Amino acid sequence: MIRIGIDVGGTNTDAVVMEGDRVLASFKATTSPDVTTGVSEALAGALKQSGVATRSVGVVALGTTHFTNAVVQRRDLAPVAAVRLGLPATQALPPMVDWPPDLREAIGGRFYFAHGGHEFDGRAITPLDPDELRKIAKDIVKKKIRTIAISSVFSPINAEVERQAGEIFAAAIPGAHITLSSDIGRIGLLERENAAIMNACLRDLSGVVMGAFKKALDRTGVAARFFLTQNDGTLMDAAFAERFPVLTFASGPTNSMRGAAFLSGVQDGIVIDVGGTTTDVGSLHKGFPRQASVAVEIGGVRTNFRMPDVFSIGLGGGSLVVEDKKTGEVTVGPRSVGYRLTSDALIFGGKVLTTSDVIVAAGRADFGDRAKAARLSPSLIAKTRARIMEMATNAVERSRLSPEPLPAIVVGGGSVLIDSKIGDLDVIKPKHFACANAVGAAIAQISGEVDRIYMLSKASREDALDDAKQKAKEAAIAAGARADSVTIVDVEDVPLAYIPGNATRVKVKAVGELAL
Amino acid sequence: MNQKPMKRHTSVKAKSKKTSGQSRAAPAKELGAKAAPAKAKKSALGTMIGVADLDDIAVGGAILGTGGGGDPYIGKLMAQQAIRRHGPVKMIDVDAIRDDDLVVPCAMMGAPTVMVEKIPQGEEILAAFRKLERFLGKKIGAILCAEAGGLNSTIPFVIGAMTGIPVIDGDGMGRAYPEIQMVTFTMHGVSATPMVIVDDKGNSVLLECIDNRWTERLARAATIEMGGSVLISLYPMTGAVAKKASVRGTLTLARRLGEILRESRAAHADAVKAIQSKLNAATIFEGRVTDIARRTETGFARGEAKFVGVDAYRAHTYRIEFQNEFLIAEQDGEPIVTTPDLITLLDADTGAPITTETIRFGLRVVAIAIPCAPQWRTPAGLALVGPHYFGYKVEYRPFKARV
Repeated sequence: MIRIGIDVGGTNTDAVVMEGDRVLASFKATTSPDVTTGVSEALAGALKQSGVATRSVGVVALGTTHFTNAVVQRRDLAPVAAVRLGLPATQALPPMVDWPPDLREAIGGRFYFAHGGHEFDGRAITPLDPDELRKIAKDIVKKKIRTIAISSVFSPINAEVERQAGEIFAAAIPGAHITLSSDIGRIGLLERENAAIMNACLRDLSGVVMGAFKKALDRTGVAARFFLTQNDGTLMDAAFAERFPVLTFASGPTNSMRGAAFLSGVQDGIVIDVGGTTTDVGSLHKGFPRQASVAVEIGGVRTNFRMPDVFSIGLGGGSLVVEDKKTGEVTVGPRSVGYRLTSDALIFGGKVLTTSDVIVAAGRADFGDRAKAARLSPSLIAKTRARIMEMATNAVERSRLSPEPLPAIVVGGGSVLIDSKIGDLDVIKPKHFACANAVGAAIAQISGEVDRIYMLSKASREDALDDAKQKAKEAAIAAGARADSVTIVDVEDVPLAYIPGNATRVKVKAVGELAL
Repeated sequence: MNQKPMKRHTSVKAKSKKTSGQSRAAPAKELGAKAAPAKAKKSALGTMIGVADLDDIAVGGAILGTGGGGDPYIGKLMAQQAIRRHGPVKMIDVDAIRDDDLVVPCAMMGAPTVMVEKIPQGEEILAAFRKLERFLGKKIGAILCAEAGGLNSTIPFVIGAMTGIPVIDGDGMGRAYPEIQMVTFTMHGVSATPMVIVDDKGNSVLLECIDNRWTERLARAATIEMGGSVLISLYPMTGAVAKKASVRGTLTLARRLGEILRESRAAHADAVKAIQSKLNAATIFEGRVTDIARRTETGFARGEAKFVGVDAYRAHTYRIEFQNEFLIAEQDGEPIVTTPDLITLLDADTGAPITTETIRFGLRVVAIAIPCAPQWRTPAGLALVGPHYFGYKVEYRPFKARV
């Protein structure tokens, strides 16, 4: 069965064609403003190179930073009505209270409080009031808003009132796009609600972009099952992704780390993804990126997404190299020529000294015109290379889990910069390293996650964990995983301080291979 | 900032009228007006705390939280909202209050995990203050922080902004502890009651108890029934008592710690070192987390984290036990720092404080010991919060003697 992985980045669109464990071909195209052209080009290029017949493609998995960028750049966002169920509680901090003002303005900043919500032990705070919600719906219609985000206190434990409210709005506003916070986030009302609101404001855009992706597939004649990758390195089908575009946030670093694990065959190690401007370093645990434990901000908004714990430094193939005339000290980055590398760097006839020029002059890589970097002094070359390795070593040390000599896997377009051991770690540069992102998309799995509070005075810890594991497996299978391949990859239980009755929060994640 | 299209929570309004409603504007002014003239002269000693200060106080509060005390984020946002609406809060030295002023500590009580989900209604703390005033028949002259560590470092500024009553620069712990009686006030014979507990729905409970341990028991039971997160006013005391019983300067300290962390990050300087020198703290060790175990016992988040030393500490292994807060640190099986001295974990790279909930395998940390408030080192202090109270068969020795 043929799988195609595509990575749609801000600059490049990469595609790889895979059969089983083999990468048959990889192709780089430029990302186009309409998205469709770049994707069709990459897709057609990779298919042609592989010699595979279009009809034999079974799965296309695509990773994209399009939705993250829309939020970061505050463009193409739809106005949203945020409805929070929990009165009289939670009024102290209204929805979007901690958002950057420009982003709040970009989506209209409109919110409504209503009754509903639950206590930590499952009791209702107040009953849902359908009449109240219908009145809110009328006001939303009057304000000509068509996207609604609904959040409810403790909805990860009991999502019933969010669902009921969603039905009331759907009936009152036919065709409205409705996002429920319980479908997206975990415990932490503001963060979960933030995710729901961001998802809502991307719903119009997701329809357009998903349409553009599908058009590209149609144009190349690929009639395969179509998935998008989400931030935990697993897949969601296209219809689901269109409803939950926010789940694509941070899928980029995840894909490159998963791709690196796959290409190198390493399950536990450090991944160094060297791009044009930055280098992302993260660590792999059992083939998955280690997750960040603290709240992650996207476009200035606090979220609690599952996201890889990636450390970024300003080192890339386009990083500027500057030698201090007095001290002779060399600095590398953080400024970079970025996508202008092929016009501004010395080896491409430009006037800016970049890391790529130094590496080519050192004879460690061969692209551009080496003669144009010939005037670089051996001492500058040596100092620059030493500085690059020092930066890489520091970043790797920070992400390192143990004193064990785990391998360092180097991927990404700027990988030529790394040409020796990083500290005491051996460096692996797998084949197709430049397209690790697209490979990560092609091999993504399906996951299911549970995050809920159990009262251990009513059930034993074992029973609670078993229940959570079962529910996580069911969630993975419901999302499209093959039942016999589903395994539990993460279990975490945290007792809730200060509450007797042993209330414990249990988080479990299950993943499995895509059922084909 | 945001429009509020919903203005008709009829049932709620009716309820909150009885308890706390309408209070935002009018009575707040009354309180402030009454307190202000008396303070005016001494206000030269005060500092105005604004929105940006709360960012620093919240970070510093987390450092003083010694791994517990709850994430200050929600409290910070509440205080910033209140300051945006009502103006900055005056923070004063405890010596700036009159001996016969009524001083009332305030706090949020419950499980931090509930607090991040069921955010307060917003008027609870005001209701808790006004009910206590009514019961005592006296206006509150100054607000005191109950716990400078964690979430509660920010709560005094919420009520301070709402009422215009000044906040005293100090608290009852100089750190975080989990139970009501674990404050320096207890040692000075201050009763935790009369105490008022108010929930999001407008329910309130007035407690009068025979001792502070009983207050803890009964207040805890009420808190759980009320949904696991409430706001409280308690330990009413005179200005004269507050001068003796409070731990001084801890809110300024929290603010300064946050400031130090922010500034050293901006300057790419060594944040850990800067924090240590401000706190007169010693490094216990630098290491990596090799194991983290958590369990629930008697309503505490108990557990232990194990570390392997790095660099100068590489020959040793370390272990820190926690019960909500970090309570005891061991080197190669030997206790070297115990409660009531503060044990705080900082991220080795950023200097950011690490809480018990966020410790994870592989994390590189610097463990530091900070000398506790001197009150805790007395026999009465150790009886309340020493290693024995938490079940450790270890004698307390001030860490400086050994580290």
